[in-house]
Amino acid sequence: MKRNDSIKIAGVSGYLLFVILSFVCGFNPGKEIGHNLVSFSIDMLKLLPCAFILIGLFEVWAKRETVERHFGEESGIRGHIWALLLGGITVGGLYVAFPVASSYRKGAKLSVILTYIGASGICRVPMATFEVSFMGIKFTMIRLLVSLPLLIVSSIALGDYLVKRNYMIRAEK
Amino acid sequence: MYYLYIATGFALLLSFVVNREKTLKAVTVAMRRFVTILPAFVGMLICVSIVLFLIPDKLISNYLGKNNIFIGVLFASFFGSITLMPGFIAFPLCGILLKKGVLYMVLSAFSTTLMMVGVLTYPIEKDYFGVQLTILRNIMSLFIALVVALMTGIFFHEIF
Repeated sequence: MKRNDSIKIAGVSGYLLFVILSFVCGFNPGKEIGHNLVSFSIDMLKLLPCAFILIGLFEVWAKRETVERHFGEESGIRGHIWALLLGGITVGGLYVAFPVASSYRKGAKLSVILTYIGASGICRVPMATFEVSFMGIKFTMIRLLVSLPLLIVSSIALGDYLVKRNYMIRAEK
Repeated sequence: MYYLYIATGFALLLSFVVNREKTLKAVTVAMRRFVTILPAFVGMLICVSIVLFLIPDKLISNYLGKNNIFIGVLFASFFGSITLMPGFIAFPLCGILLKKGVLYMVLSAFSTTLMMVGVLTYPIEKDYFGVQLTILRNIMSLFIALVVALMTGIFFHEIF
């Protein structure tokens, strides 16, 4: 880890040195790279504070327990709605969702678990915050409104198909 | 962009009125998150500033823009499927590419496959859910991503 850090620091300082030298000597490619960096950074700085504050507020106010309590008990479409909510407040990506989903294997239906995995990819709130900040609300709304119904329908289809073929989620190792 | 400021300001104010302590905690969380993510962010910005210099804008808008919608979407979903990238990095990157003339639907294919299809996470997923479910789920996700891209294209008037 430490060695990795020093490589990164060396890389960043080398880069900065190159850009600064390019400006001093009038080396055009280096100048352009520097301009790129500055204009991207300014764009980021305009949006990042909002995105992070919204995420912070979300983390403080969202109550995970409430959602978890309902997960697995409910059947039918309500189970899927809770799965979407639970997916929405999952922190981290798919690799966090897999173990969580697998730990629910006794309580919840397979199709609900599939919805949860998909939702933890599609509609995680912190990530959607970033998406809205950089891509606009229209982009996010289209994505959610199209993908969520499709996700539920295909999860039900896939879940039922696998259950019919006696599929079982493996016990945790 | 302004509605983002307005929404954030409003949320912050509301939270502050209801509970000061929690709001301060939220701001602390926000700062901590920002600092944690900052190195990765700087790395991304540096890489992008170099890569986008090496690849001229014309080439980007040619291959990922209006002229090659089909190839752009396929390329983007392939790339999104095989890479692993947190949303904190992916969406800012998409924002940069958008300004370079990349279509919304291409970015939609990229970001959706990035989030839903996991080639690199296949070994982990397989251990939890078995080969059959893993493959079917990923194919299904790819399909959903393509439909999402198509709809995005239609609503942003990029196709038809």
